[in-house]
Amino acid sequence: MRACAVRGSFFASLGLSACSSVQSALAPEGDTARAILQLFWFFTAVCAAVWLIVMVLMVVAVARRRVAVPDPVLEPDPVQERRIGWIIGGGIAATIAIFVVFTIASFLTNKSFAEPRPHGLIVKVTGHQWWWQVDYEAHEPDQTFQTANEIHIPVGQPVKLDFESPDVIHSFWVPNLAGKQDLIPGRYTSLTIEADKPGIYRGQCAEYCGIQHAHMAMYVVAQTASDFSQWRAQQLKPAQAPNNAELRHGQQVFQSGACAMCHTITGTNAGGQVGPDLTHFGSRMTIAAGTARNSLGNLSGWIADPQRMKPYTRMPPVALTGPDLLAVSHYLESLK
Amino acid sequence: MSAGSEPLRDTDLGEAELEARITSLWRTPRGLIGWLSSVDHKQIALRYIVTAFLFMGLAGIGAVLMRLQLATPDAHVVGPDRYDQLFTMHGSTMMFLFAVPIMQAVGLYFVPLMIGTRDVAFPRLNAFSYWMYLFGGLMLWFCFLSNNGPDVGWFSYTPLALTQYNVGHRADFWAQMITYTEVAGLAVAAITIVTVFKMRAPGMTLDRIPVFVWAALVTAFMVLFAMPAVMVASTMLILDRLVNTHFFDVSLGGDSLLWQHLFWFFGHPEVYFIFIPATGFVSTIIPVFARRPMFGHTAVVLSLVATGFLSFGLWVHHMFVTGLPRLGESFFTASSMAIAVPSGVQIFCWIATLWSGRPRFATPLLFVLGFIFNFVIGGMTGVMVASVPLDTQVHDTYFVVAHLHYVLIGGSVFPLIAAVYYWFPKVSGRMLSETLGKWNFWIAFIGFNLTFFPMHILGLEGMPRRVYTYSADMPWGGLNLLSTIGAIIFAFSFLMLFWNIARSLMRGAAAGSNPWDAETLEWATTSPPPPQNFTRIPVVSSLMPLWENRETLPAITGMRADRREVLVGTLTEAEPDLRESSPDPSIWPLFAAIATGITFLWSIYTPWAVIYGALPITITLIGWFWPKGTKEDES
Repeated sequence: MRACAVRGSFFASLGLSACSSVQSALAPEGDTARAILQLFWFFTAVCAAVWLIVMVLMVVAVARRRVAVPDPVLEPDPVQERRIGWIIGGGIAATIAIFVVFTIASFLTNKSFAEPRPHGLIVKVTGHQWWWQVDYEAHEPDQTFQTANEIHIPVGQPVKLDFESPDVIHSFWVPNLAGKQDLIPGRYTSLTIEADKPGIYRGQCAEYCGIQHAHMAMYVVAQTASDFSQWRAQQLKPAQAPNNAELRHGQQVFQSGACAMCHTITGTNAGGQVGPDLTHFGSRMTIAAGTARNSLGNLSGWIADPQRMKPYTRMPPVALTGPDLLAVSHYLESLK
Repeated sequence: MSAGSEPLRDTDLGEAELEARITSLWRTPRGLIGWLSSVDHKQIALRYIVTAFLFMGLAGIGAVLMRLQLATPDAHVVGPDRYDQLFTMHGSTMMFLFAVPIMQAVGLYFVPLMIGTRDVAFPRLNAFSYWMYLFGGLMLWFCFLSNNGPDVGWFSYTPLALTQYNVGHRADFWAQMITYTEVAGLAVAAITIVTVFKMRAPGMTLDRIPVFVWAALVTAFMVLFAMPAVMVASTMLILDRLVNTHFFDVSLGGDSLLWQHLFWFFGHPEVYFIFIPATGFVSTIIPVFARRPMFGHTAVVLSLVATGFLSFGLWVHHMFVTGLPRLGESFFTASSMAIAVPSGVQIFCWIATLWSGRPRFATPLLFVLGFIFNFVIGGMTGVMVASVPLDTQVHDTYFVVAHLHYVLIGGSVFPLIAAVYYWFPKVSGRMLSETLGKWNFWIAFIGFNLTFFPMHILGLEGMPRRVYTYSADMPWGGLNLLSTIGAIIFAFSFLMLFWNIARSLMRGAAAGSNPWDAETLEWATTSPPPPQNFTRIPVVSSLMPLWENRETLPAITGMRADRREVLVGTLTEAEPDLRESSPDPSIWPLFAAIATGITFLWSIYTPWAVIYGALPITITLIGWFWPKGTKEDES
């Protein structure tokens, strides 16, 4: 692969191939993105050829040799003018033909995505300033669960994403899988994605949504069917109970302090609805919507002063003593 | 002059005496009051142009700051708050305070000269429009400098721009800046239309109107039809923010997409307000430097008109990912591609003119060739973003940033600089340095492409727009650094342009009245033109009057020599209809603009300002229109 040099430690630490194409329209891993890329190369080839022809004509036009004419201004030769007129007419006809072909190609590609596809899984994705809420829906209420900034999907099957935004307009975009789709307050939008093979694909909000628009990323984790059902089964469980004194202390700090005002951890008293659900926080790859890798150190730093890592984030700083901070961080990391 | 006696006419006087008399009639009074009262279209247009370039400089510095912030990952040159203000100010300034006004202003300067008249149709309205524009721009930049600049993008999408998500008055300043500049833009549009329709020199029938004048006319009509949409939208936004109307508030029955429809119904034609005058420059410059008449003059004019119409049918291509019906979106793919056809016609005609002419490589032509190079790239990426599937990938990414700068800078600023090199001798009476000009071109050309070409790749590699930083883990560092280096080079090219201008004003070679041996009427008068433009109104018998009549232009006689007088003609044939007096300088337009400006600014804080402000506005308007007992105009 072209640009797959080892880059940074982040993706390597996530077990990725540290490849430059983790968020790229040029490296499609799903049929929608692949069809768009094919169309893109077709447009690019034709456009480049047309551009080249125009440039050659322009260069020849200004550089070709000419007979000297005594008059200050040329009197156009009617025969030549007519000939040029015909050539231009042909050029315009060719231009129109190209645009007709482009429009039809574009329409057909578009139509292929718009056709409803059978899908097994429906995931509701809600955009917030500045994170993604992810709800797995099901007919049976006990089969539903919530997570954040990470969407796991089984490979090889279309997954329907239903979008909602309670605040401002966001845009969901995972370029390796499909084009983007806005999330608009008061409107229903959706997008069907499908991944060919297991992998982790990054996406980020593509519609300017306020001051931390830059740090509103999410990951789509495509897994084999068995890995996916295993993950799902794990996510359906309530949070893991703390099994040592420090974790118990951490849970107690979480529930009795400010944290529980905004965050939910199922199986505990924490039921806040403002921030991300943290029931299985320890299983996630990143914190603060892709701002940093999920590690004990980053997490403690984030809780101690969220405004430093992500200025203007909605999460307020929480005054905790050193031991409390460490206990909460350990506790959250234990929630696999 | 006593009643009943024959007024003094140009036939009663000798050539020298007539010229002195008419010049003193049209001269702007000296002193500060005189300067503030000027109604001379050339002075006002120059003020517009200089002000617009100053705003461009400010917005350009903003762009360089943004590029420095993005040059490396996780940089801290500016924080997110400043960055968001910067990109909002950059876009708003470049569009509303630089590109649209400067294109209109070049028209204000040259349209009367090119059609052989002495001033625009409504000179006082013209003065008023400039002051409104100036106040709007100053207000916006004072807000920014006091860290209170708008931060919701030049497009100010709702609901982000509503009070729930944008506390304080930042978005109000943005919306009110729109009001100021729209008042100015609409005034200039009305002035341009009436001037072109009614004040052309005798004999300048429709088929003898220069291409640039057509471009100014088409643009003026587009402004007239497109600007009300954004004016309504920004007023609705202010009302939502100020008095809790709920046009855009979803939770109370409003609609967040309504804003986008209204904004882009204006916003897309706006791109063409900038581009159409630019093609007018190109079609003016190419024949002069190819040393032959324009190939396909009629086709080029019709292309401008067609572009004007089609530009109103494309706005939805800014909204392809908002979830509108797919079939409806495909219609806008077709219309967006259709608009490339008239542009294609023009490009073919320009190349044909060069092909069959004898091109002379002066700086204006170099910038025009650079324009063709860049604009065709921008046009091609424009065709790509017109395609719904392709747009779903590249929309709101750096690919679009690249595209729009290729169209706006490559397609409009390059012709604008060509126009500066071309017309500067007329405006100042001095030539710009050709050597500096050629350096200026190559540095601008290389800097521009180095800045913006890599952005295409960045967008495809997944970099969204309007992010103040990106992680070192993303593969975007190298191209961003390259782009920043390009931006610094490109910014340097503007310093060269300004240096060239300053140097030339001090010790440039004298230009003479027609240094390029051009064919249109502005070159028939002295450089710089006298206050009255033409002592005798010329009579036109050709599309290229100065190439047809190489010795002297025929002129009409019988104009009065004791008052400011212009000739009003018929719409299509430009047959002289009546002689009309043209208003004298007046300070009242300035007062009216101050009163209106204060009302607009005040109304950000209270709706009552509209009521209280009406009184001073009325007083200034009474002063402005105070009857002077001028006699009826004569047929």
